[in-house]
Amino acid sequence: MKERDIDQTISVYALRLGDDALILGHRLSEWCSNGPFLEEDIALTNVALDYVGRARNFLNYAAQLRGNGSTEDSLAYQRDCRDFTNFLMHELPRGDFAFTLARQYLLDEYEALFLAELLKSKDSDLAGIAAKSAKETSYHLRRSREWMLRLGGGTDESHRRLQLALDELTGYTTELFEMDDLERDLCEIGVAVDRSALFDRWFSAVSKTFAEANVTLPPASWAVKGGRIGFHTEHLGHLLAELQYVQRAYPGCRW
Amino acid sequence: MKDSKLIPLLPLEEYQRRRRRRESDIPEVWNLLDAVKDPEIPVLSIWDLGVLQDIKKVGEELLVTITPTYSGCPAVDVMKEDILIALQKTGYVNSRVESKLSPAWTTAWMSSEGRKKLQEYGIAPSKHSNTGIQCPHCNSMDVAVISEFGSTSCKSLYRCKACSEAFDYFKNI
Ligand SMILES: [Zn+2]
Repeated sequence: MKERDIDQTISVYALRLGDDALILGHRLSEWCSNGPFLEEDIALTNVALDYVGRARNFLNYAAQLRGNGSTEDSLAYQRDCRDFTNFLMHELPRGDFAFTLARQYLLDEYEALFLAELLKSKDSDLAGIAAKSAKETSYHLRRSREWMLRLGGGTDESHRRLQLALDELTGYTTELFEMDDLERDLCEIGVAVDRSALFDRWFSAVSKTFAEANVTLPPASWAVKGGRIGFHTEHLGHLLAELQYVQRAYPGCRW
Repeated sequence: MKDSKLIPLLPLEEYQRRRRRRESDIPEVWNLLDAVKDPEIPVLSIWDLGVLQDIKKVGEELLVTITPTYSGCPAVDVMKEDILIALQKTGYVNSRVESKLSPAWTTAWMSSEGRKKLQEYGIAPSKHSNTGIQCPHCNSMDVAVISEFGSTSCKSLYRCKACSEAFDYFKNI
């Protein structure tokens, strides 16, 4: 690849990682003032804040490489559904508390592995963002894992809801470990992470927790995908309508 | 002076940060920025916090480098603004603040002075490896965690079993 092409490819990669963080961060932020009790409300919004910050770091880098006057804000607020490249799992509605925490746990285990690899990236900006994010993910994971045990081993109702959430989420996990040509190319030059290589470690970590919590992640007999190429569930449009409302109504407004 | 005794225990990056300040040919600017505080913990300067990394003259421009604490910490934007305002007021009109993510900020960079100020302010500083967390109100070590997440990204919520007061703990990352 020519240098200019490499920059543009890395920009797309950073955009993907930024979209993941932005969309999940927004979903988590919806819990603000809706948490089941005060400490959890604060915890969920703290995690949301870490993700929005992570999104800013990735999008800012994507914008720098992209040039043409794009900024972290233009990337977050002025693109439509089809231009977003986050995984589908991230955009699913927040559901009940068990659903939010089950998704978070599955993703925290994934992020922990992913970021540990990304921080070895030959791209020093990506590695720097990964180093920062990895520290945050380590305490996110501590909490979400503990919640899996508590919900799984709690009441019949909490157990039932956690199992339901896992039944619903399982088909969305496949996408996390599927590579495309763009990421494979970046992998070859030591920039991107080979996500397909993370599956075994991820699966053994989550299986161990779920065994302890007395629930099961059903084998993925179905799978939906398409986030990385802009094919989304109907939920993303609704999410963006809220996330982008102010900038759409008052373009360029600042405070 | 107290800090110099701790040098063998310092992370390399922190040693280098202190050296950049010590050997800087513009010490007055470093001193000036001691007045810039963390907006959420106003007893801590950006130096105490380990956020202020370097100040350099690049041509006519003054370049200030900082390392953000947490990815989403809104205080970082305020600190950037406050740095520029402090510099402009003193006549450094041509200045710029740059964020550097790597190496990632750690609580190990906080000065011992900063840790003392935190304790006095009522926030328990991050614990060193072999000591426990101490209640900032009554100094008891008999404490329990309420939540790993507190009122800001950098704090957890604890409770003291001796005096029954709740307190913030500046978490270790
Ligand atoms: Zn006490």
